[in-house]
This record gives sequence, C-alpha cells and structure tokens, in this order.
Amino acid sequence: MKNKSLISINDYTKEEILRVLDLAGDFEKNPSQILLADKVIATLFFEPSTRTRLSFESAVNRLGGKIIGFSDTASSSSTKGETLKDTIKTVSNYSDLIIMRHPIEGSARYASEVASVPVVNAGDGANQHPTQTLLDLYSIQKTQGSLENLNLFIVGDLKYGRTVHSLLMAMALFRATYYFISPPELKIPQEYKLFLDQHGLKYYELSDFKESISEADILYVTRIQKERFSDPIEYEKTKNAYVLRNKMLQNTRSNLRILHPLPRVSEIDTDVDDNEKAYYFTQALNGVYTRQAILSLILGLKN
Amino acid sequence: MDKEIKQLKVSAIRNGTVIDHIPANNLFKVINILGLYRSDNQITFGTNLESKQFGTKAIVKISDKFFVDEEINRIALAAPQAKLNIIREYKVEEKKKVMVPDEFTGIVKCVNPKCITNNDKVKPRFRVISKKDVSLKCHYCEKITDQEHMVFI
Repeated sequence: MKNKSLISINDYTKEEILRVLDLAGDFEKNPSQILLADKVIATLFFEPSTRTRLSFESAVNRLGGKIIGFSDTASSSSTKGETLKDTIKTVSNYSDLIIMRHPIEGSARYASEVASVPVVNAGDGANQHPTQTLLDLYSIQKTQGSLENLNLFIVGDLKYGRTVHSLLMAMALFRATYYFISPPELKIPQEYKLFLDQHGLKYYELSDFKESISEADILYVTRIQKERFSDPIEYEKTKNAYVLRNKMLQNTRSNLRILHPLPRVSEIDTDVDDNEKAYYFTQALNGVYTRQAILSLILGLKN
Repeated sequence: MDKEIKQLKVSAIRNGTVIDHIPANNLFKVINILGLYRSDNQITFGTNLESKQFGTKAIVKISDKFFVDEEINRIALAAPQAKLNIIREYKVEEKKKVMVPDEFTGIVKCVNPKCITNNDKVKPRFRVISKKDVSLKCHYCEKITDQEHMVFI
C-alpha cells in the first residue's frame, strides 16, 4: 500500500481493507503517534466540505504532520484559470501526499496519474469517497465484531448516494445480505443489482422498513435531497415515510447499530440520538482513526 | 463468382488490406478511427453496397497497408462484424476478424457529462466490461457507457 494512491474503494483488496481497519483500531487505542513529524500533507478542496476536511486535518495533526492547502476554489489558483494538471504538478513539489476533493468525477484518478506523490480521494463528485467507505467498514466491524454475513439495511437515496454504492461493493467482499429501502424515484440502480447477482448475493427491495427492521444488524441511513425530485409535492409526501424514529426501534436486534454518513437533516429523528443503537456520531470519530491508518500506510510509516 | 463481381464494384488492389462488412452508416467513423484521412496510401471505398447481413454495408481497400491487431481492433466499436482480408499479389493471403480489445483510449466519449474527460483535456479511457453488447467502464469516473449511448469522437 506504500506510495499507492487511494482513489476508489475497489483499489484495495479484502486483505488491504482489513489491514486498514486493524491499524485504525491501534490508532483508536493510541491516537497521538508522532509519525508525520517531517511530512507535509496538502489538502486541496476544490469544493467546500468542512466535515471531511476537518477529519483529515485532525488525523494529520494527531500524527504530527504539517498541512498546506485551500478549502475552496475562491482562494486557489484555479480561479485564475490554472488547469487541474498544473495545480497537481505544482503541489506535488511542495508535499508528500495530496488529499483532494473535487466536484468533477474522475478528477482524483486523473490527479493520481499526473502527481509525483500519492493522492487520496476525498470525494470526486458523485463518484467515489473511499475513506468514507473505510470508516463505515471500521464502524460496522467494531460494533458487530465481524464484517462477515451481516444483514445490511440501506435507507434513503440509493440512486445518487455515493457512499451507498461504495459500501455496497465493499460489503460484497464479506457476503452481506442487502435490504434496500427507498422511494421509487431513488431506487438502487440496475448496475448494482447486476453486480450483486454476479456475486451470488441476496438482496431485497422494500418500500418501507417498518416490518423487516427486526432482521437488521446495520441500518445505514442517508439523506433524501429535495432537489432529486422533479415534483416537490411528491417529495413532501414521501419524505416522512423514510424518517427513522425511536419508537420504530423497539423490536430490533440488540446488536443493531444505526449509521449515517452525516450531515443529517430530518431522516433520523433527534429522539433516536439517545438510543444506544445510534452510532453516527461515534462513526464520525472513527473517521479520524481510519484516516490516520490510511495516511500512515500510504506514507510507509506502518506496514 | 457472384461474390467476385460484387467485390469488383470497388476496384481490386494488388497488395494491402480490405476491410469488409462495415455497417454502411459507420464507414466514416471507421475512416476516422483509423486516421485514414491523413494517409498517403491509395484508398478506395464503397458504401451502401448490398449485404445479406446488414442490408447495406461499406468496404474499404487500402493499398500497401498492413495493420497490426492493436491498430485494427480499435474499429471494433464501430464495426464489430468487420472482416479483414490481407491481399498479396491480388490474392487473399489471410482472413481476420476484428476482436474487441480489453481497453480503449480515445475513440468514444464518456456518457457522463460530469466526467473529467468531458471537462478537461483528458483523453477518455475505458475498460471493456461486456464484449457482446459492447459496454465500457470509464477509467476515470467509473460510469458505464453502453452501445446505445456511444458517441464517437
């Protein structure tokens, strides 16, 4: 994994994923390890994403590294018309690793091809966000004891949700059974069902989760965005059918945990927050440990 | 003998390559993909010729040109059924079929308007995920372009 860019979750084998999760566990026990004292990490955020950027910067800081970069394009040279290639080539000279967020899909793969240092994709449009997937996997493994043979319920925007697609593909390595719950407008795309068929994995498409929820090990909830609906009345009608409330958790398994990539809007009622099955804020904390593990593996400081 | 007469609608060549069974409406795509518009070789072509297979077909004859497989397989997207005849001294020396390669650079556009290849000076690059009804996975944005949505560059 040393010097290898991380662009898509598919870049890592099952063994490599498990190595990241194992190491993330070490960082959870001992978060402040000064491994990056002589390293400069660039965070290039061509579109704002405060949550992801702060999580990465926290990981770098806990490892004792230095950070250069920008958090939106207004303060970067791309407003002067510089191409992505030129920006990446220049920043390669100034840093040991580049963390990049960009609205254009495939930009991270391209950046990794022109950069002389490894690139970590922190989200390229609706395409990939592999460190989010790895922290999701870490959270699932930690709460369930294992990633194998789980009942994974995924709720919300299954059509456009980037985290949903990456998680779906990664969990296929661990023989999950999938339950997809979404409004008809935002159903899981055909290509992912084909992918699961090819891997011989079971999946169910449901229009609500009230009855089947007792089977769930993991409930992964995502935000339904208003702009995805052509008809605003349809949005108002459907959005309440997909809100998770505390009383719905009464007959669920004791090992059930609720995950959400955040930001949450109204799809998980705040009355769920105090339930011991609500895990989304700890999940965000796990992101720091996971990113510490990823950075130190790519920089060859752990192996 | 009928076949011979039909072929002679486009004059025979002494040495070179005949590309047959090109769908008539894709002739100029094939010419483009192979860069024949900038070739100095003698080239003759015919289109809207009768074909049992497609209704109409096109044929291209290039004198003194022998393609390597990599080069010719680039036309697989525009003419998946194409057949090659390698001609030496007016005789068919070898017959070849076009094979769909595992990877492509250039040739078609990625279907995703938000892909880097449609927004920056980056050449489209694909992995072929299905060879029968050709469908391509973008190396950059990972979206799938199927035959129906293929736009040739």
